[in-house]
Amino acid sequence: MKSSGSRIAAHVRDIPRSGIRDFFDIVSTMKDVISLGIGEPDFDTPWHIREASIHALERGVTSYTSNMGLLSLRESIARYVARHYGVSYNPATEVLITVGVSEALDLALRAIIEPGDEILYHEPCYVSYAPVVIFAHGKPVAVETRAEDGFRLTRAQLEAKVTPRTKALLLNFPNNPTGATLTPEDVRDIADFAVKHDLLVISDDIYAELTYDGTHTCIASLPGMKERTIFLHGFSKAWAMTGFRMGYACGSPELIEAMMKIHQYTMLCASIISQEAAREALEHPETDVEEMRAEYQRRRNFLHHSFQEMGLPCHQPRGAFYAFPSIAHLGVTSKEFALGLLDKEKVAVVPGTAFGACGEGFVRCAYATSMDELQEAMRRIARFIHTLQPSARARPHTA
Amino acid sequence: MDELLHLLKRNALETPENLAKMLNLSVDEVRRRIANYEKTGIIRGYQAVVNEDQLSLGRVTAVIEVKVTPEREGGFNSVADRISKFPEVESVYLMSGAFDLLLFVSGRDLKEVAFFVSEKLATIRGVISTATHFMLKTYKANGVLMESAEGSERLKVSP
Repeated sequence: MKSSGSRIAAHVRDIPRSGIRDFFDIVSTMKDVISLGIGEPDFDTPWHIREASIHALERGVTSYTSNMGLLSLRESIARYVARHYGVSYNPATEVLITVGVSEALDLALRAIIEPGDEILYHEPCYVSYAPVVIFAHGKPVAVETRAEDGFRLTRAQLEAKVTPRTKALLLNFPNNPTGATLTPEDVRDIADFAVKHDLLVISDDIYAELTYDGTHTCIASLPGMKERTIFLHGFSKAWAMTGFRMGYACGSPELIEAMMKIHQYTMLCASIISQEAAREALEHPETDVEEMRAEYQRRRNFLHHSFQEMGLPCHQPRGAFYAFPSIAHLGVTSKEFALGLLDKEKVAVVPGTAFGACGEGFVRCAYATSMDELQEAMRRIARFIHTLQPSARARPHTA
Repeated sequence: MDELLHLLKRNALETPENLAKMLNLSVDEVRRRIANYEKTGIIRGYQAVVNEDQLSLGRVTAVIEVKVTPEREGGFNSVADRISKFPEVESVYLMSGAFDLLLFVSGRDLKEVAFFVSEKLATIRGVISTATHFMLKTYKANGVLMESAEGSERLKVSP
């Protein structure tokens, strides 16, 4: 009899274990670790949103919804996206509610990829992009962004990687793990590139509200781009609603219809309780998002200054809640740095290589952690770096 | 409100060095602004938020609604000033609605507060009536929860 491992489809088997998972396994065996490795807000979901979901349960709101999601929520989303990002979508046909942006991305890719189609994406990036392209039988093509460009994506980098088989470009700005954002000019250049090569753009704008310098430009808002863009967004980050698993996709009726086909047969619909919570988040916005954004911005400033003070080169993150300092000059790999820091000082950061090979020489530090913990973490990292400095390490040999 | 004040209201012990990093200011600038707030009286003082229930001191705090006849000159101010001078009075507010002044009064025990109300407060000229409510338990004060929150259930590392 065949071993069960040999029955696993090759394209699934060949995907390596996530670097984050490996690291998680080590960290979870340790006590009293300050973790800067967490890619989700440390805030609880605002109380009025939690209270709205409790109220929904009390009313007995426990059924399926339309495959597309509650129409009232899609209407709220259409209004929100038009007001904040300047793109108008028809809630009846152009908005699909999904289980997090993760599902929306998977649907988008499965809806458009023919086997062998190439999908351009930029690295370092969120860990799932290349694997989900592969699951959809596409070919992920990485475009490496660089620290010296502030990890922005430039047209020249894209032109170097595009081929006749390229079907779509996958964008994520503000970016996890680098905190990079795009300027309006960058977005315009990328849109021109997409038009020139007749590409679709899948834009994961999950961190859009957490933009600290300048404003977020949604690529779908540019002339001629709405038709070729699948705009993905959700509630996890800005509203601190990760566990609700609430995302959505906006796009042309044809694309949304195709995505809905997969969604209806695989997921049916997103949780109605979460949909009620999401509606509350948009319809009674209070000041939640603004207050959290201001707090992240202060932490961002604190981290950036602290890294400068300890001599760790770090471009200023302009969005999301990650700093991506360089540790290359310390003569260790990202993984060695992260493991050493965990072992010596009990601070968890994620090796940059978890987000793509070009993340070597960097570590990701999430600042979705209280200021007290950040201050202690910075003290410990400074102490750890001191033991690594080439001069400090050379001393025993010269003595 | 100035972001600096916002941060100090949340944690008065935050160091000027950390405040400077958070706000993109120089340490000198932070010190200068704090000194200025203190000088102009915008910052009136710094206090610890203490969970007195946990200390089991047996002290009591009462919230007292007071109806007052305003004076021809001075309105409510002169009565309020007079009441504010008693050391057992922690806070005094002028209110809209069914009564005029709201006081927070603390004492060693119920008897001491009762004595203050009947002998001192009620006898002040201009005070028409009082209604005293004793606090039984503090759940939240100055924006701080008195019960420690449960530990976070977030994963230690996540993408």
